[in-house]
Amino acid sequence: MFADFGSPGGRLMPTLSDLSPGQTAEILSVSGDPALVQRLYEFGLLEGERVEVVALAPLGDPIEIRFGNSRLSLRKSEAAGITVVIR
Amino acid sequence: MADPITVALVGNPNAGKSTLFNALSGLRQRIGNYPGVTVEMTKGEFSADGTTVSLIDLPGTYSLAARSPDEMVAVDLLLGRRPEEPRPSVVVSIVDATNLDRHLYLTSQLLDLGVPVVVAVNMIDAAAAQGLTFNYAKLSESLGVPVVPIQANNGTGLAQLTTAIRTAAGQTAPHGPAFPVAFDQVAEQLQKELSDEIPTFLVRRAIIDIGGYTEQWLIERYGARLKSALIGARDKLATAGHAVPGVEARTRFAWVRTAVAAAVTKPAVRPVTWTDRIDNVLTNRVWGTLVFLLVMFLMFQSIFLWAKPLMDLIGSGQDTVAKGVEGAMPSGPLRALLVDGIIKGVGGVLVFLPQIMILFGFIAVLEDCGYMARAAFLMDRVMSRCGLSGKSFIPMLSSVACAIPGVMAARVIENRRDRLATILVAPLMSCSARLPVYILLIGAFIARPGSPGWLPGVVLFAMYMIGFTVAPLVALALKRTLLRGAPPVFVMELPNYRRPKFTSVLRRMGGAGWAFTLRAGTIILMAMILVWAALYFPFTDANGESYPERVEKAEDAVKENAEKLNALKEKDEKSKEEPAEGEPAPPQLTDDEKAELEKLEEAAALPDKLNGEWKRGSALGRVGLWMEPVFKPLGWDWKIGVAAMASFPAREVIVGTFGILYDVGEVDTKAIGNKNADAEAKEKVAGLTKAVQDDWSKDPVRGKYGVPVALSIMVFFALCCQCAATLAVIKRETGSWLWPSFTFVYMTALAYVGAFLTFQIGRFIVG
Repeated sequence: MFADFGSPGGRLMPTLSDLSPGQTAEILSVSGDPALVQRLYEFGLLEGERVEVVALAPLGDPIEIRFGNSRLSLRKSEAAGITVVIR
Repeated sequence: MADPITVALVGNPNAGKSTLFNALSGLRQRIGNYPGVTVEMTKGEFSADGTTVSLIDLPGTYSLAARSPDEMVAVDLLLGRRPEEPRPSVVVSIVDATNLDRHLYLTSQLLDLGVPVVVAVNMIDAAAAQGLTFNYAKLSESLGVPVVPIQANNGTGLAQLTTAIRTAAGQTAPHGPAFPVAFDQVAEQLQKELSDEIPTFLVRRAIIDIGGYTEQWLIERYGARLKSALIGARDKLATAGHAVPGVEARTRFAWVRTAVAAAVTKPAVRPVTWTDRIDNVLTNRVWGTLVFLLVMFLMFQSIFLWAKPLMDLIGSGQDTVAKGVEGAMPSGPLRALLVDGIIKGVGGVLVFLPQIMILFGFIAVLEDCGYMARAAFLMDRVMSRCGLSGKSFIPMLSSVACAIPGVMAARVIENRRDRLATILVAPLMSCSARLPVYILLIGAFIARPGSPGWLPGVVLFAMYMIGFTVAPLVALALKRTLLRGAPPVFVMELPNYRRPKFTSVLRRMGGAGWAFTLRAGTIILMAMILVWAALYFPFTDANGESYPERVEKAEDAVKENAEKLNALKEKDEKSKEEPAEGEPAPPQLTDDEKAELEKLEEAAALPDKLNGEWKRGSALGRVGLWMEPVFKPLGWDWKIGVAAMASFPAREVIVGTFGILYDVGEVDTKAIGNKNADAEAKEKVAGLTKAVQDDWSKDPVRGKYGVPVALSIMVFFALCCQCAATLAVIKRETGSWLWPSFTFVYMTALAYVGAFLTFQIGRFIVG
């Protein structure tokens, strides 16, 4: 079952990029390029925040997410740095 | 009279900042430019009870963590570190009532600036519709600054806001949320090491913003010593459990959320909003894509269709004015400068206005209603293939109509490198000005009797494909070399949908048109006058006689003898008709009449011949002759070279120049490929086609390789940047001559190589 979320780094946690439209998750950790992490934090994507994936763009990337009253477009490569617990 | 006060308006994008700004300052606005950056800030003024308030609209931002020189301008201005602006006496922080938590994050940063802050809570109507209720007194108490509810688009609360601003001026500055003690200690220590006048605000930012602008700036100033000090400070914080940048976000959001929780009551279940409903369709994979294609098609069609009649109107207005001046002035260099230099130049500037304003009308509507971000979302993947993002799509698409509005539309791209890459490749997209060149040459050399009927279409399509394939490739190359850098953050807000406001759309259209006319127009005009002069001087022939006078004399003679010529022509035509049975043979021309007809026909062709001789001997003509070896590998003779050079102000000029150089007089570009053009104009086009064919057939190279030469010219024009307006707009948008020069050089090189390959390969195939 972990194979679904397996990545080259051997990480077992699902990330925001693994979710399909309509799924909701809670953020566990945010990592990546410092500028990206800071921007996500500034938007309020903090640990513990509940996020819903609203849609995928026509070619499957980027993804649209909603949390509170905010909506963001994230590239999958960016969403891959956000580990989540699927609710 | 109270002292005038300066107020800065700060808020997230989509907080309604511009609406508030316009509501407060009305029409008294001007644009402020800042050296070295591409940032523009609008400034306005209004008076409230005798106090003059000057208002600065800062670019929308989510945070004061500056990552580029552009973002730093706003921070420096707020700290009073821009020499050209006074430090604001009050900062107005505009926030969205439906998304208070996130917007107050920026407010909490503003509280650390040491300037009085007033919070304007905007869009209270939408918040009420979502069932939110506010206790503004409590919010003001928690934040420690005045809070005013407003509805910027109908003016609600603006009077209270102005009063709050006036009261706040001169009061003690508030304090933002308290950071962990460990952070304060680290910041204090770093401040001591920096000795001089670096504000505490920036010292703290340098610690938090890893790789940010403040860090870069301080390292440049203090060297590697500072770099290790910063790394040490961040390590210390990480061990204390307050790693950057998380420590700032957690501190501020905890503080903001406490304040909001005390002052705002939300319904237990979040109601489904209009944005939710609309996004179900518009970002849907199938429906969203369909709507997107429809919107783009509509936009594209209207740039073409709606702009066309307006452009024709400008064209005929230009002709009328030119004719009026021609009639009112004696001929001479001054009249020629006015008619062929200035009036044509002004017309050449104004003709872009319809396309620019229509496109900006669309962009304003799409941005204001929130769709622009969705369009970028849908197109992001496609554009990422050439190293760009979805935001580059609309600028690139609009460039198919015209690169000028396309380059201007690149303003929607915040990332500097992406924006530059888009601007630099936009002129490669096949714009509508290339069409006359293609049609003329295809008509003359490709659509020959005997060639397959599908060939012209295929060639035209191929010319368009050159732009569509080369532009992304060049973008990719630029992003991998010249514009390489850390990948930008593509996280983009998808704002709530809102109804666009008519007046703000009009404002955007007017602003774009004005900016183009004023700042690019002068450069375009200069380029046009320069090329006109290079083709006008010297205007005397070998015997020192003036060409313009000789042309005029010849034209007068043609007019005088027009009747005689027509009568003779008619008689000649009739004489060749087969008589009907029983009728007598038609009268034949006498020998005298024949000689007369020949003489008159020769005289009729004289003005065009003289013009050709004149332009061939002009400064530009001579340079072209001298440069012939450069054109030779492309299969061109010097005349083609001169026509190409003379078309520097605008590509389509090549058609007119061809006409003059091939002795058929000036050809109206608008008549090419236009079934509704008048008979005379059509005849001219046909005449030019024939003249080019005849001239080339006499030449050993172009006679044999007419098709490769025609293709080589077309490929050159597909890739070159013979468009002064585009270059002028690039100068305006990038704020430097470097980028237009670069664009001209790289595109000309590309065009040369493309034309060279086309001709050489074509010659090889023809054998």
